[in-house]
Amino acid sequence: MRKEETPPRSEAGRPGASRIPVISLRGITKRFPGITANQSVDLDILPGDVHSLLGENGAGKTTLMNVLMGIYRPDAGTVAIDGQEVRIRSPRDAIAHGLGMVHQHFRLVANLTVAENVALGMQPSVTAFNARAAARLVEDLGRRYGLDVDPAAYVWQLSVGEQQRVEIVKALSRHARALILDEPTSVLTPQESQALFVTLRRMLEAGHSVIFISHKLDEVLEVSDRISVMRHGRMIGTIDTAQTNQHELARMMIGRDLPPVEFERSPDFGRPLLDVEGLSVPGDRGVLAVRNVSFSVRAGECLGFAGVAGNGQEELADALYGLRRPTAGRIRVGGADLTGAPPRRFIDAGVSYVPADRSGVGSVGALSVAQNLILKSFRDRRFGASLFLDARAVADHARALIEEYAIQAGGPEDQIRTLSGGNLQKAILGREMSFSPDVLVVVSPTRGLDVGATSFVRRTLHAHKVRGAAIVLISEDLEELFDLSDRLAVLFRGEVMGTFPARDADVRRLGLMMAGVRQERLPHDAAVDQ
Amino acid sequence: MLLYVVPLLSIALALLVGGAVIAAAGANPLRAYSQMILGALGSLHSVAEVLVKSTPLMLAGLGVMLAFRVGFWNIGAEGQLYMGAFGATLVVLQGWSLPGIGFLPTMVVAAVVAGGCWALIPALLKVRLNTNEILTTLLLNYVAILFVEYFLFGPWKDPLTLNFPMTKLFPHDAQLPRFGDTRLHWGFVLAIMLAAGFYLLERTRWGFAITVTGENPRAAAYAGIDVLRTLVIAVVISGGLAGLAGMVEVAGIQLRLVTGISPPNAPYGYTAIIVAWLARRRPLGVILVSILLGVLYVGGEVLQIETKLPTAIVLVVQAMILLFILGGQVLTRYRVALVREESRSVAA
Repeated sequence: MRKEETPPRSEAGRPGASRIPVISLRGITKRFPGITANQSVDLDILPGDVHSLLGENGAGKTTLMNVLMGIYRPDAGTVAIDGQEVRIRSPRDAIAHGLGMVHQHFRLVANLTVAENVALGMQPSVTAFNARAAARLVEDLGRRYGLDVDPAAYVWQLSVGEQQRVEIVKALSRHARALILDEPTSVLTPQESQALFVTLRRMLEAGHSVIFISHKLDEVLEVSDRISVMRHGRMIGTIDTAQTNQHELARMMIGRDLPPVEFERSPDFGRPLLDVEGLSVPGDRGVLAVRNVSFSVRAGECLGFAGVAGNGQEELADALYGLRRPTAGRIRVGGADLTGAPPRRFIDAGVSYVPADRSGVGSVGALSVAQNLILKSFRDRRFGASLFLDARAVADHARALIEEYAIQAGGPEDQIRTLSGGNLQKAILGREMSFSPDVLVVVSPTRGLDVGATSFVRRTLHAHKVRGAAIVLISEDLEELFDLSDRLAVLFRGEVMGTFPARDADVRRLGLMMAGVRQERLPHDAAVDQ
Repeated sequence: MLLYVVPLLSIALALLVGGAVIAAAGANPLRAYSQMILGALGSLHSVAEVLVKSTPLMLAGLGVMLAFRVGFWNIGAEGQLYMGAFGATLVVLQGWSLPGIGFLPTMVVAAVVAGGCWALIPALLKVRLNTNEILTTLLLNYVAILFVEYFLFGPWKDPLTLNFPMTKLFPHDAQLPRFGDTRLHWGFVLAIMLAAGFYLLERTRWGFAITVTGENPRAAAYAGIDVLRTLVIAVVISGGLAGLAGMVEVAGIQLRLVTGISPPNAPYGYTAIIVAWLARRRPLGVILVSILLGVLYVGGEVLQIETKLPTAIVLVVQAMILLFILGGQVLTRYRVALVREESRSVAA
């Protein structure tokens, strides 16, 4: 437990202690299997403030807010509202305490109107739904806070920005004094974002507090009074916006110092094994997620891609393995043009892929460890010369990999979903490395892993680099990128902001590029300054 | 252990509740049940009848199970069954000069192809246009049945049957041989063999690809499996198996194509969904569940005749048993936990 000065309590009348935190979190700890999402986190939200919660994806911001909203129960820690310790056991309790949250993925019923959505769950369910009263409420709140929505419109007819306004109206209609907005601008156009900021100001004037979750530095600086930064589930610190700047925030977000490099870098690279030219890849919604990206990776080289999550990393990785068809550009593996080819041809060409989503893409949870270990090589003749799989060969293969990669499993026949995160990743890694790949695409290979597993994964990747594989490492963990990469590239909105040798990297320049500043536009002093 | 105890317990409970229904309808539940059991299992003939009913359920049930395995909710076994019967009948009525021994194999092939093609439609619709297969397979059932009826009321109607919608009797070469003087035919043996074949399928590479595709299509794509192709092929085979169920019904029992090949109160093609579901992933489960349902079919008929209970009551009892087994199966996945509520929060 950390020693903290106790928050002011019931001394409201005393001058100088006028600002009792609306919300006060103390020592919040929340663990999930294999991951500690929040580690004794403290946070005070003052009345009438926009308080930003800043951090990389996976830093624990959303988990913390879900604890506050009663969606998760913390393993330890307390919540106080207006200085009174309370127990929030469900979103209903949270709403009763005047908390409201606009989730990243909206909780609206598409087939109901705006007014109906606002009325949902608000009125005692027995009394009849009063459509006119609900519509009046929507209009009323809309006028007061600049949230322009048509109460009679159906939610499915609305744009994402309008839906967000409905969510805010919904929260305000339940008398939310403190409103949590989870990455509200990630779905908005710049103009819509500006409109949202206007609404935020009006809410402040009306005495509301706002918690603004984001990983965009410029926005956070624009809207907030105070900023709290989280990293790896811990609270790094809280500062007044007036006393900070982008550089300091970036450093708090991603760590202050460059870690010592564990692995030696060899300047001798072989021939290019992966060539990418002008690659554009569509995202799930059809908009280009990767735009005109070109690079080349040679044998024995690791190219690291840095960037805030959601800037095209996963789409790029998928494309490099044939899981997503590029709309433009060219991918060559060892000289062979594989543009538009299915994954099977990439596998045959010697490309291995460690995906970010280990349980959703990288493995089949209901199947055994042994079956997962032959997931990509089950056609291989060593697992049976005929139509049938040779159960013994499959089991032997599994036992060999389990031993080589020190996978903690009951046995080859255990369902792979019973494995811990670290062991699942070891199993996936073992399978991918068993091909002795020429090209290795790796996404967030150590996210959520403990120290031991992390070090094992990195040593394995390094060993294969030394063996002569060309590695594309996509990660949000800068330490990892510095540790393993020979060159670093920064992705922002699907474009490469710049590429440079990893030994020349410094956090400040990297932070600016991650925020969307192109390498050639970087201030010249930036490099010298550190 | 739960695997066996829960279904038995479920059946016992169902019989208890069903007994109350029977009593309410004015009959003696114990007598009714004993007649049911006796009627279904009391003699060699009645056991043969049970197996007769279970045969199309096994075939269509295996088909539905294969579709479920690949992650395709095939609700269309009934239509595929009718198309299979249609295909088999087509072979007979076309009067091709087949050697006598060639009839049955050709009919089998025709039934599998017809059922498979019928399943190909929703499979392609799903793969190409991402339509919901539950709807398309279901709706195609009605199309298939009406399609067959068109032929029965029109071009294929046998003029000698006094305007009944049925074809003429199949020639002897087009009838599945029966065992002794029962109605049990070789289709039953075929079904058992195919169920055994499923155990082999599981050990093949292709079976592995199907399982991976059904369990996690994204991981399947990642593993280099052609997900769409695997899905389409598995669904076509699924339809082919249901088609085979239609063929053995016309060639082994009806001996001609008629309307209502499957019992109208509990059509085989729909019951096959229950079979596949209750059997989970085990072909042996398909056999056992099909036989259990065969008992219900035959026992229900006897019950109706012996006790003069209205059909509806018999159906209620049958449905009750299924409902309890299904419920029991779902509930075994949960554990009942008694948790003491913490003291009320301050907010109260």
